[in-house]
Amino acid sequence: MNWHEYVAETGEIPAWPYPLEYGNEKVIESDVLVIGGGVAGCRAAIAALKRGATVAVADRGFSKRSGEGGAGVDHWHGAVTNPCSKITPERYSEAAMETTQGYTNGLARYIIGKEGYDTLLEVEQMGVQIRDEDDEFKGSIFRDDETKLMFAYDLENKHCLRIYGYNIKPAVDKEMRRLGADVYDRVCITSLLTEGGRQGARVIGATGVSDRTGLFYIFKARAVVVSSGRTVRLWSFAPEYTESQSMCNINQTAMGHTIGWRAGAELIMMEQVVPHRLSGMGYAPYSTGNNNNTYQGAPTVDKNGKEVHYATAFGELVYDEKDIFMPSEEGSFVIGHGIALDHGQMPKYKITVTDPKLGEKLRSGEYEQPFYTDFTLLSEQSRRLIFGMMLSNEGKCRVPVYKTLTAWGYDPDQDMLQYPVADYGPQGLIDSSWAGAGQTPAKWKMGGGGFLTDWRLMTSLPGLFAAGCGPLPSQGCHGESHTAGRYAGRQAAVFALKHEAVEPDPEQIAKEKARVLGPVQRGGDVSWKEMNAAVARLMQDYCGDYKTEYTLDMGIRRMKDLMETEGERMYASNPHELARAIESLSLAELGIAYMQAAKARKASCPVLGFFRNDYPDSPEEWHCFVAVCQKDGEVQSRKVPCDYYLQEPYSPVLEENYRKYAELD
Amino acid sequence: MNAYSIPNPNGPSRILSFDAEKCVGCNKCVNVCPCDVMIPNPKPGREPIVLFTEECWFCGGCVEECPFGALTLVTPAKQRVSTVWKRKATGEEFRVGMKNPLPPNTKPPSGNR
Repeated sequence: MNWHEYVAETGEIPAWPYPLEYGNEKVIESDVLVIGGGVAGCRAAIAALKRGATVAVADRGFSKRSGEGGAGVDHWHGAVTNPCSKITPERYSEAAMETTQGYTNGLARYIIGKEGYDTLLEVEQMGVQIRDEDDEFKGSIFRDDETKLMFAYDLENKHCLRIYGYNIKPAVDKEMRRLGADVYDRVCITSLLTEGGRQGARVIGATGVSDRTGLFYIFKARAVVVSSGRTVRLWSFAPEYTESQSMCNINQTAMGHTIGWRAGAELIMMEQVVPHRLSGMGYAPYSTGNNNNTYQGAPTVDKNGKEVHYATAFGELVYDEKDIFMPSEEGSFVIGHGIALDHGQMPKYKITVTDPKLGEKLRSGEYEQPFYTDFTLLSEQSRRLIFGMMLSNEGKCRVPVYKTLTAWGYDPDQDMLQYPVADYGPQGLIDSSWAGAGQTPAKWKMGGGGFLTDWRLMTSLPGLFAAGCGPLPSQGCHGESHTAGRYAGRQAAVFALKHEAVEPDPEQIAKEKARVLGPVQRGGDVSWKEMNAAVARLMQDYCGDYKTEYTLDMGIRRMKDLMETEGERMYASNPHELARAIESLSLAELGIAYMQAAKARKASCPVLGFFRNDYPDSPEEWHCFVAVCQKDGEVQSRKVPCDYYLQEPYSPVLEENYRKYAELD
Repeated sequence: MNAYSIPNPNGPSRILSFDAEKCVGCNKCVNVCPCDVMIPNPKPGREPIVLFTEECWFCGGCVEECPFGALTLVTPAKQRVSTVWKRKATGEEFRVGMKNPLPPNTKPPSGNR
């Protein structure tokens, strides 16, 4: 029943169904606090509990399904220690660094290489299917008949697995609760508490507000893991239109980045421009014809049934199914999609893509639209593997795509799924057509940045650990979030058991509580949506394709003015709106952090997609990370080598650092 | 007939369809939703009220949570018209939400749980 149906039926506006607790407080104490109960947060909680720590988890949604990974997964990247893999953790990490010219997270990639497969085996223990146990795909080129593991992307090196992960989130959530995590759902975290309330000091807790009751939470902890999401509401905001079209949900406001920035943590790679994830003109992921990622290997035909072939990154067309899943260069390996390593990727690590001459051939009339995904050209087994196995397990696909399509009679054995009609241009159908690549120009959005961490995944703030594809810079995939979460949770537990609890500063809490309750206590005329849209407008205008010192400063000034003017006039009709209002305000603050990061890099950086109109060159002296933070309210920045984790005080050898810091049993 | 003065709907009006025969008003769907888009119906035993339709990201977690199979995810019209297929042998075109629905394809997903 919809709201308007209820009103029409009863003639009544439904009262708010939960008790109102505006102004009330709840204090929770634990050894470890996990902020964000997505897959990274659940794994952090499980790992910390196993190390003997008490754990509280604050989740914005409901941890059984929350987070970007809450709706399932089909690929498990970085399973480089699985018995069939030919890739070592060293090679995996080094390739990530090589292909991005150092602009990635080589440290986290090594940890993921070392522990990713073990992390998956734990998921199997929790009841998630990771093998073709029933021999449905016996004899397939994608399967190892001994281990029954199945491979994606690279049949030579076998380091990325196909898994049945549609129910992975309920499984890790259940395990987290079974082990005794104290889980607080529907809590919008609003700030980090620091020792003495000082910027840059040890993190000793957090504050939050319930989106059902308005209750104000005070979390006290000896160590905190931030495993919140990335943001989809900063550069564009139109949920009335974009609701179904993104792989990220409305809760994802990168709140962890914002509270970390406010607390004084150093952030890196914030200036990276990541195209193609704009919510807006796309389609429900994988709901239209496409040949990308989950659909890799699916044949594409045009209006007349003429096949569009895959090609290696060097432009050589491939015709054999197996060759679609082979490295483009002998001796190399395929890194794969969705792990934030697409920027500037070297051809030798690239997966096969659509014929790069497709755009040209379309204009010459050799091909005609529409294109279709034609599963009938595949063997029954391969068809079943893509549609019946990968699609039905990938995030946001089992119900919205698989069940919806089949309920309406779609049958991959006889039906061709149509691509959107679009200007596919010189890039062919590269990148998911459903993401609206043909409709949406790849501009505006920055993202991919996060906390600078040490080998323990501890941020520059003592006691604050980062995990997940939001807080960790240059991370992308589901499995990586599990692995980094598990590692960070272990580290947080060790830290917590070594450090005394510190009582938070009452003044810091009181000030934050007053800020948070502002929209319900004082009333006003600016809604959370109006505020969010204004933030997005400023980001489009002042942190878009044109960036100079002068315009970035203007943007920062206007954003502050927006916070102090309309921000002080926000209202909320109920606790749900209150939490959204706090998020909209936090986005304004986050926007400033992004603009400060853009200002701090006084050079352009093509591999990061970052261009400054006043600094068009990219000299070698700027080939580094730029870490930005706030200290006593002032913005500071410094250069950090991309391989800082192999320089003093660390060993130049990955394995030695890992042995020293990994806190293995 | 009555008319009411209410604000415009936010995007799609119906994102979930409840089978009133099957729904017992247990509110499991309300509680599993990561975006908290529903509220319990003030009348016990009745289906929930979908309040914040535009905050739904169409993950389908509520559908999987329902013990009674009472819930169907209704993708927005703009999405329904974009999910189109062509039967290879006949050239007929179909789409999600079509006027004269095909019989469902009952083949279950791969996997054993």
